[in-house]
Amino acid sequence: MSATTIPSRPSLRGIRWRPVSNFFSGLTRLATFSILALLAILLSTILVNGLPGLSFRFISTIPKKDFFEPGSAAVLPMIVGTTVRVFVMTLFVIPIGVITAIYLTEYAASSSLYTRVIRAAVNNLAGVPSIVFGLFGVGFFINFIGRGFDSLTHQAGPQLGQPCLLWASMTLAVMTLPVVIVATEESLKSILPGLREASLALGATKLQTIIRVVLPNALTGILTGGILAISRAAGEVAPILFTGVAYYMRDLPKSPTDQFMDLGYHIYVLSTQSPNIDQTKPVLYATVLVLLVLTFSLNGIGILARARLRRSGRSDS
Amino acid sequence: MTHGRNSSRRTAGWGGIYRGHRARVGERLAEMGIFVVSLSAIALIFLIFLFVGREAWPILIQSDSVNSAAVQDVIPAVDLPKLSPEQIRAYLGIDAAQLDRMDSETIRELMLVREEAFASLPQSLQRDPDARLNTVRWRSLILPHQWAGYSRPEFIWQPIGEIHKYNIVPLLVGSLKTSLIGLAFAVPFALGAAIYVSQIARPRLREWLKPAVELLSGIPSVVMGSFALIVMATVLQRFFGYETRLNAFVAGIALGMAVIPIVFSIAEDALTSVPRSFIQAALALGASEWQAAWQIALPAALPGVFAGVVLGFGRAVGETMIVLLVCSASVMSWNIFDSARSITTTIAAEMAEAVAGNHHYRVLFLLGTILFAVTFVTNLLGDIFIHRLKRRLEGKQ
Amino acid sequence: MSSPPSPYPSAVPLPGPIIETRNLQLWYGTTPALRGVSLSIQEKVVTALIGPSGCGKSTLLRCFNRMNDLIDRVRIDGECLIGGENIYAPEIDVIELRKRVGMVFQRSNPFPKSIFENVAYGCRLQGLKDRHELHSIVERSLRGAGLWDEVKDRLHESALSLSGGQQQRLCIARAIAIQPEIILMDEPASALDPMATARVEELILELKRDYSIVIVTHNMQQASRISDYTAFFYLGELIEYNETNRIFTNPEKKRTEDYVTGRFG
Repeated sequence: MSATTIPSRPSLRGIRWRPVSNFFSGLTRLATFSILALLAILLSTILVNGLPGLSFRFISTIPKKDFFEPGSAAVLPMIVGTTVRVFVMTLFVIPIGVITAIYLTEYAASSSLYTRVIRAAVNNLAGVPSIVFGLFGVGFFINFIGRGFDSLTHQAGPQLGQPCLLWASMTLAVMTLPVVIVATEESLKSILPGLREASLALGATKLQTIIRVVLPNALTGILTGGILAISRAAGEVAPILFTGVAYYMRDLPKSPTDQFMDLGYHIYVLSTQSPNIDQTKPVLYATVLVLLVLTFSLNGIGILARARLRRSGRSDS
Repeated sequence: MTHGRNSSRRTAGWGGIYRGHRARVGERLAEMGIFVVSLSAIALIFLIFLFVGREAWPILIQSDSVNSAAVQDVIPAVDLPKLSPEQIRAYLGIDAAQLDRMDSETIRELMLVREEAFASLPQSLQRDPDARLNTVRWRSLILPHQWAGYSRPEFIWQPIGEIHKYNIVPLLVGSLKTSLIGLAFAVPFALGAAIYVSQIARPRLREWLKPAVELLSGIPSVVMGSFALIVMATVLQRFFGYETRLNAFVAGIALGMAVIPIVFSIAEDALTSVPRSFIQAALALGASEWQAAWQIALPAALPGVFAGVVLGFGRAVGETMIVLLVCSASVMSWNIFDSARSITTTIAAEMAEAVAGNHHYRVLFLLGTILFAVTFVTNLLGDIFIHRLKRRLEGKQ
Repeated sequence: MSSPPSPYPSAVPLPGPIIETRNLQLWYGTTPALRGVSLSIQEKVVTALIGPSGCGKSTLLRCFNRMNDLIDRVRIDGECLIGGENIYAPEIDVIELRKRVGMVFQRSNPFPKSIFENVAYGCRLQGLKDRHELHSIVERSLRGAGLWDEVKDRLHESALSLSGGQQQRLCIARAIAIQPEIILMDEPASALDPMATARVEELILELKRDYSIVIVTHNMQQASRISDYTAFFYLGELIEYNETNRIFTNPEKKRTEDYVTGRFG
């Protein structure tokens, strides 16, 4: 029984053509670069068509009702509406998200059933369709809480029992809660356990350790979570459709119970309601560009901060 | 001042150890607060289910209080004394408290109004048997019905006009159709890219490829939708030469672009989490990078890849703005070049015109409940797959 | 006792040393890891590479099957000849090279597949499909790795169900299944208990009848027990290379003596 399988040694010289391997690894490369090409086409189309429409007037005036005309279109109230709604959102989502993350990393046993249920709930929440959050906003915030308050205070007309900035922001807060929890958890986990032990060894209580040592060190992570949540929420339209967005308003919103205009929703309006789509296109592209600049700059900051966090986390371990 | 406290603590000696936890009531309370807040995610899942479901509840239990029939049988006002309070409430669609507040004269008035309203309806409608159909019954919601003027039973969603038709099957088909097209487009690209980035590309290239592909997830869906509507629809039509410019195919491709980063991210994470030592062993045996990726890394990471596909499907089914922008007509058809209307689109487009509390409104919330249930299941499945992947990879060592 | 088959009957005897490096230099980025190593490794002997951590012995080992290619920003200069071919020449087929230069890693790393499939994997890569032939190769390789009697009844169970020592011998069986000329071993016993280590060492002594073995080890006793030649490295340089008993009994360099007698390291 001599070696039957490899009768002779082929030469090392000459790089073999391996058709199957080369074909398939070529395909994977093609897939990757096609995605990037698609992305590049998308972004460059928007950039090329949107830039000419951008002007200081465009982003700094309140448009008249005919915002489909390139001459009179402007997006100030939309920028304000989008910005305000995401910042009001952070007021709700960051405290709740951070506290939940603290519980998960600092208090809960990582393998207990209870933690697993919270984790599953967080993951699940992250996958709920945004339109369902919109319905939830109507059913819970407007119909239940808002109307409930109105009937308690015996208002003449609906005050809180109607779509408004506050409910839209809270709906978005529910939607982005998982983003904040996950980002904060990640940064809390990247803190050296030695740091906590050092604080505890000095006689600090667990809560003192968390407040004085853990949280300050996790600040970048928390901010990252906030930024990622904002950039996710800034472009979302479905959750605010019935909870507060307005087709047109003459003024900027003045109180949380006002309705507001929104960049994303405005893009939808421009693309579908225009009497003359060819004329509206420059306005549409410019508006898209404004929204993209807003979300991408936030996203970019978030990704950079996160990459830095990961790197420092890795060098720690 | 702090000094004073410190020294008093010091003189307390070791006794302080035992007094310690009694003194920190505030801390206990704060920790309890943290615990309560940590329940928020679980609470929210319940609340969503509860409050979206609550608005759909009358339909779910098929309560008589919701009736979409265009023509309801008229009980002559003179018959009022024969009616029981329950019959009156069902007939007028009011609750017990409202009934208590009315005297018999008011009720008679209301019944007369109904009589007049019926009399003012066109003759054709008065005689149309379909007009008496309560279309929010399960039978009408799910099964096909042969409407007057149609040659055969059909699935129709048409909540406008005299007779509201609420068959949800065309919407389910629309959602499924667009999502499956989206997945069919996204999965090969996303998976190929995940294999390339995690296994084949040089590490230095990988470092910027991954965030570049994930940049796609930063594009809001309304932007993707309007891009599909204005640019892609025309390009694809020119390329494939089909008739309707806006159809399920265009929506599916745009959905696919939104789904690519999700499938890619999860699959890439799963592939990267396969220990390098496996790959090195394969390469040391003379495997090409593709062979190592396909024969060793991919089988090991399979649950994670499944999770990516399942969660991608959930995202596609739940995506609203893309389909809303690209196609809207609800046609019952599996043809990918026909228009389609998904569940999400229907909710988004019709919620504004639905009167709160009426049958249309409730059916839309029913759709929301179905959507929530579907994504709940896909999320759970994705979770299970990821757990399996972790167990598989950890159990190895 | 079955006579071990000759690994490659039709191959002509190789002239000279089987591995030869000439002024081999390697940098990770800008950090030099090998500073001009010239070394000739003989056929069908066990050559041990020893030295303190970070001396470049593992890096050198990974040069022989070009596993360093997988790391970014590695730069290599000088020559490394295997069977007379400079393996860093541009026209060299790395995959072909790796089929001839097998490797056993520090931590056992069987694939998450069955025992049979682990051993058969290398042959399948080369397009072998015949079940009978595969089976005979698997049996021969497992016998060669001294594992056959322990696993013959559970060839289709997961390789991960084996003990650590068995897994490492399985990795050796997997490496010899494709009949390489050279087997590189990167501290193959460092993660094993003494019993399992003894079995692996025994196995190495048997394997050297058919294969040229290069082994990196931290364990001085191990090097003296199993190797015929020993090379001592320090800070990326080859300090001394000689027959093993010379290195351990009568080293020429002071530094070598300090290391092998345990004065530093």
